[in-house]
Amino acid sequence: MTEQTSLAQKNKRLIVRLFSIIGVMFCFGFALVPLYDVFCEFTGLNGRNVVRSEAPSTLIDTSRTVRIEFTTSVAPGMPWRFKPVTKAIDVHPGENKVVKFSAFNPTKHKIIGQAIPSVSPGLASLYLNKTECFCFNQQPLNAGENVEMGLVFFISPDLPEHIKTMTLSYTLFNVSDSVSPPEIAALF
Amino acid sequence: MNTTTTADSHEHHDHKPKGIMRWILTTNHKDIGSLYLMFSFLMFIIGGAMAMVIRAELYQPGLQIVEPNFFNQMTTVHGLIMVFGAVMPAFTGLANWLIPMMIGAPDMALPRMNNWSFWILPMAFTILLSSLFMEGGGPNFGWTFYAPLSTTYAPDSTALFVFAIHIMGISSILGAINVVVTIINMRAPGMTYMKMPLFVWTWLITAFLLIAVMPVLAATVTMVLTDKYFGTSFFAAAGGGDPVLFQHIFWFFGHPEVYIMILPSFGIISAIVPTFSRKKLFGYSSMVYATSSIALLSFLVWAHHMFTTGMPVAAELFFMYCTMLISVPTGVKVFNWVATMWRGSLTFETPMLFAIAFIVLFSIGGFSGLMLAITPADFQYHDTYFVVAHFHYVLVTGAIFSIMAAAYYWLPKWTGYMYDERLGKLHFWTSVISVNVLFFPMHFLGLAGMPRRVPDYALQFADFNQLVSIGGFAFGLSQLIFLVVVIKCARGGEKAPAKPWEGAEGLEWDMPSPAPYHSHTTPPRVK
Repeated sequence: MTEQTSLAQKNKRLIVRLFSIIGVMFCFGFALVPLYDVFCEFTGLNGRNVVRSEAPSTLIDTSRTVRIEFTTSVAPGMPWRFKPVTKAIDVHPGENKVVKFSAFNPTKHKIIGQAIPSVSPGLASLYLNKTECFCFNQQPLNAGENVEMGLVFFISPDLPEHIKTMTLSYTLFNVSDSVSPPEIAALF
Repeated sequence: MNTTTTADSHEHHDHKPKGIMRWILTTNHKDIGSLYLMFSFLMFIIGGAMAMVIRAELYQPGLQIVEPNFFNQMTTVHGLIMVFGAVMPAFTGLANWLIPMMIGAPDMALPRMNNWSFWILPMAFTILLSSLFMEGGGPNFGWTFYAPLSTTYAPDSTALFVFAIHIMGISSILGAINVVVTIINMRAPGMTYMKMPLFVWTWLITAFLLIAVMPVLAATVTMVLTDKYFGTSFFAAAGGGDPVLFQHIFWFFGHPEVYIMILPSFGIISAIVPTFSRKKLFGYSSMVYATSSIALLSFLVWAHHMFTTGMPVAAELFFMYCTMLISVPTGVKVFNWVATMWRGSLTFETPMLFAIAFIVLFSIGGFSGLMLAITPADFQYHDTYFVVAHFHYVLVTGAIFSIMAAAYYWLPKWTGYMYDERLGKLHFWTSVISVNVLFFPMHFLGLAGMPRRVPDYALQFADFNQLVSIGGFAFGLSQLIFLVVVIKCARGGEKAPAKPWEGAEGLEWDMPSPAPYHSHTTPPRVK
């Protein structure tokens, strides 16, 4: 009899332990989301992190130039026309540049857009500093409205030598549905 | 069937409800094991029927039998059913039947939970299969359900897919807990860890893998659910999420999952090869360590499924080398099996034939896996039929063949009768020939650039696809022979002795055949 109860206790203790592993692993699945963001920010792995600089650059490396190409696309469900005004420019690392992107809402209703950047090669994203970007905010456009959106950036002078060209791509998403009415009122 | 044969059970009551209620209320490990095995065979047939639809459509270039969207549903549900409905429950069924007998325990440690972990499975698959008949169709995003295919572009029935996966996951987790508690607490006196049969060892390690990664799968599908229906943005770039993150989380589950589907096979083969070689298993302890190291390494290789997502070179190299490292413990195992056969007095009964075919064909799947592990080569092979060939060699001629081998090996113990050896051999030879006609040409199709999961293809792939389809139909039909063998064997035949295989070792062979309803009512003493 005592053997029976001790076995039951042993089983119970083990089951509790195993269930706690399960709980921890379930939470770990969700914890991977912030971990991934931190990891990407730290290493620049997937080219989607944006370095936001408060101050423009002061140090300019005139010994070399880097070619920056701009591409745009719209996500499905986004009817805007979205184009880079400048397709590509050559800059010295450290040089502050302003480029424009144009967006046009051809529909008969207002839409809110959100641009998501991506840099290729991914590691170069660590050296792309944006002092101002339309992608920091959501962009509302009324029916038939046109807008030129600005980007102010510089390339860090410590950019590795082997990176001669980098591509900055923006995808524009329609976020009208996910923005609440008071937020929309504040935007327009 | 077994009504009055059970001897010496004065304290255990052997009367059980009659008819269907016996099966619904059962807490007996053998009944539940049988339920699992029968259910997995049913799923094998259903998933196989879907494969037949796929191969019929691919018999010729062009679209002739099904619509592309339905084709996608077939590839998706075929994969889900075979992984979660056929292979995993078959292993759990074998674990239920064999582990208590092998370690000298009277039953599983948690019999009532055992009942539940089986009976929620049919619910899960009813939900999954019913979604095929919903408006908009069932899941069509591949069994890997990559976001945004499973979120933004998924059919309305995706919630049912998510719930079905949740239930399957709960079932696997409960089954795994039961196995761990049974093995750790219920071993007979003297049955130390290093005396356990390898099937028990491999299942113990598999159970820990299940406990570690099934919750991660649950988290993944939950995120898909909230992304699709509740406006979260875990995997949506517009809201600050990342679709690549989905692949990382999925494969963090997915890679250990593929070892969940092969480690118990290693245990089965390690039981069968020594029996029919009439020798002790070569390198028992190295088998234990190899299995453990495969399990540990499985957590470090997930991104080899994602070489083409644009990872930096350092990460690609890391995952490439870790992946190739796995071939070392796997090679140890294959070496040990071959060394066990070396100078043994071999006989080739059906279980041994399946076991030898496993060793050869699984190794082919291992080699194509090694090719896929090479990052630059993977850029060419990625998402082609080469990958399809690879994982079918390790899962069909690997996992499924080992399950077949196990079924033939232990059928006399389960039913008390010998199976029909002539039909068994016929099943083996038709299977082994057709399976190679089915999967081997896929390597060449993949190398030539035929993409997977596509209902139509370029004309130059036509001949090989026809060959593959013919192999597929033949392999599908061959499995019906297995059904006949099992039914014949359950209904009668030559009486099986307690130990039908001359060279077999293990506690289960000390019990009479068929094994009495309650195993080891007094614990055996293990020397």
